[in-house]
Amino acid sequence: MSATLEAARSADPKSSPPAMSGNKVSVFYGAKQALFEVDLDIERHQVTSLIGPSGCGKSTFLRSLNRMNDTIEGCRVEGKITLDGQDIYDRSIDVVELRARVGMVFQKPNPFPKSIYENVAYGPRIHGLSRNKAELDDIVTSSIRRAGLWNEVKDRLNEPGTGLSGGQQQRLCIARAIATQPEVLLMDEPCSALDPIATAIVEELIDELRENFTIVIVTHSMQQAARVSQKTAFFHLGKLIEEGKTEDIFTNPKNKQTQDYITGRIG
Amino acid sequence: MTDAIAPAFVATADLSSPEAVQRRKRRYAADLRLRIYGVAAIATAIGLLGVLLLTLVIGGYSAFVQTHARIDFAIPAEQVNPADPAKANWRAIVAQGLQAVLPEAGSPAAQRAMGQILTNNTQFIVRDAVLRNPSVIGGTLTLDVPVADPFDQLQKGVIRRDTPEENRRVSDQQIAWFDALATQGRISTPFNWGLIFNADSRFPELAGLSGAIVGSFYALLVCFVVSFPVGIAAAAYLEEFAPKNRWTDIIEVNINNLAAVPSIVFGLLGLAVFIQIFGLPRSAPIVGGLVLALMTLPTIIIVTRNALKAVPPSIREAALGMGASRHQMIMHHVLPLALPGILTGTIIGLAQALGETAPLLLVGMNAFITSPPGGIMEASTALPTQIYIWADSPERGFVARTSAGILVLLAFLLVMNAIAIFLRQRLERKW
Repeated sequence: MSATLEAARSADPKSSPPAMSGNKVSVFYGAKQALFEVDLDIERHQVTSLIGPSGCGKSTFLRSLNRMNDTIEGCRVEGKITLDGQDIYDRSIDVVELRARVGMVFQKPNPFPKSIYENVAYGPRIHGLSRNKAELDDIVTSSIRRAGLWNEVKDRLNEPGTGLSGGQQQRLCIARAIATQPEVLLMDEPCSALDPIATAIVEELIDELRENFTIVIVTHSMQQAARVSQKTAFFHLGKLIEEGKTEDIFTNPKNKQTQDYITGRIG
Repeated sequence: MTDAIAPAFVATADLSSPEAVQRRKRRYAADLRLRIYGVAAIATAIGLLGVLLLTLVIGGYSAFVQTHARIDFAIPAEQVNPADPAKANWRAIVAQGLQAVLPEAGSPAAQRAMGQILTNNTQFIVRDAVLRNPSVIGGTLTLDVPVADPFDQLQKGVIRRDTPEENRRVSDQQIAWFDALATQGRISTPFNWGLIFNADSRFPELAGLSGAIVGSFYALLVCFVVSFPVGIAAAAYLEEFAPKNRWTDIIEVNINNLAAVPSIVFGLLGLAVFIQIFGLPRSAPIVGGLVLALMTLPTIIIVTRNALKAVPPSIREAALGMGASRHQMIMHHVLPLALPGILTGTIIGLAQALGETAPLLLVGMNAFITSPPGGIMEASTALPTQIYIWADSPERGFVARTSAGILVLLAFLLVMNAIAIFLRQRLERKW
């Protein structure tokens, strides 16, 4: 496991195959089509940001990457999404296992109303990732450390996670998500409920996590996309308008709509 | 564009004009009226409740004490065989005991009249006391025996001494005997533990609620064991798994309708199905409990669904996003968070079931049964049906006992609701 990770890290992103790949992805909510034939590759150990005005389908695309759309009544996904070359909508794929491999952090911090320890230990526990208490303790400790929360909570692991501040709660949710060692981490506007200081901390954390995880982030803040991501995809009205290196999108967009959006004329 | 128009509107609205002042006054007056209506409504409700409780207390308080007479019964060894003490002329022993402390009675009719002062069951009370403690054979046994209902009422002032003798349940001679007992200090009015610990009886002075309390307990136990798991399973399925389509809509409407079905209909159903078809015993708490379970089920389903709905969707997303299965999401996160609401609703549903009378009448839980049931299959009454039976009885003593029974029932309901409130406050989580 770690050997392949090392290999993937040292390899040039261009040459290694993408972690996830969407091929003509269309999503329907009942009769309404929310996403139109989106082709998008998620590169390994990069942060890919999905931007666009509200209702443009960016969250829908994000949620189809770990099949969270399955929980929505009447939602249908067409096309093909692969994780390491494997079709995630294939019948042989277990959605429970998929979500352990593709973790998710939500817009509003949503820790379980349990202790900080139990929040982080939940994923490893249900997926049987530890053989004993000591191993579980290790996973919990290292996950909280990687989420940059250790110094703030090390003395109160048994206190409820809901008692933390908003920014701390969101980092707890990130610790919870990375505790299952996912390959890809999906973040749905993770900073929209946080103040600027907490946002800065989480953004810094995202940059650090890139070393070990592939990250997809939906954001409304173009500054955030510019700050944290290497690749940006612009969605509008359910279509993928333009994608490319973040610096190219923000300095030299090829499409007029993209230019209008990033300069604040639509949205 | 809008900025240009807005000032013009503000300029035309003069908030200090007489019309504007008038309008404001009317608005405040309407506010005040609404508040007065509300206070009046609450005052009426509390007032009516107060009248109800006051009536019950006034009518029922006297049943919480019972007049007793202390008699020294001589237990001569020649009349009671120590080898077989149950076989003796206990009636004669009781009569001798009375005659020892009262003036000569003379004629057999007068002796009978004297015997009526004590409760009819005195001979059995004395016998049982001797059986429990055979060492008194050959000596005397001093017992506080409940007096018969008319004398209890005489002591409590319900039967008045100034009523002409022919219109009175007790004769002048009997009053004289009773007063003689009183002057000897033999009459006492202790707290009536028999009301709680005795089973039903033909004689008001002996009648108690223990059979009804035990019967109600068994019936509620059956009701809880059946309706709680079934209700939660049904609600969890409807809320978390069932697709939203016409069928689930029909089921939902029917569950809500079921909650509004008159309880007597459930009683008929219980009679037809549980007793006729399944052959369960009549009057048994199991049948009463099953019928009450049918009635409580919609309540539990509805409160459970509401409690599940109140769990924030973000918790479900968090669990599913972690790769929890639906089962894990429900068992680990949603149900524990919904539990306070479910428990509160269930207890309130059970409290309703405790007070339910009509369905129990139809399955025969209003039978006259003089001992508490030993199990859920034995014939029994329940608290509300016991009150119903007593309310129907002609003896004066049952009037007060009916009110007292209602007060006991209300006390149980109060305790259950208090438990529900306690659980809600104790278990409720904030997030």
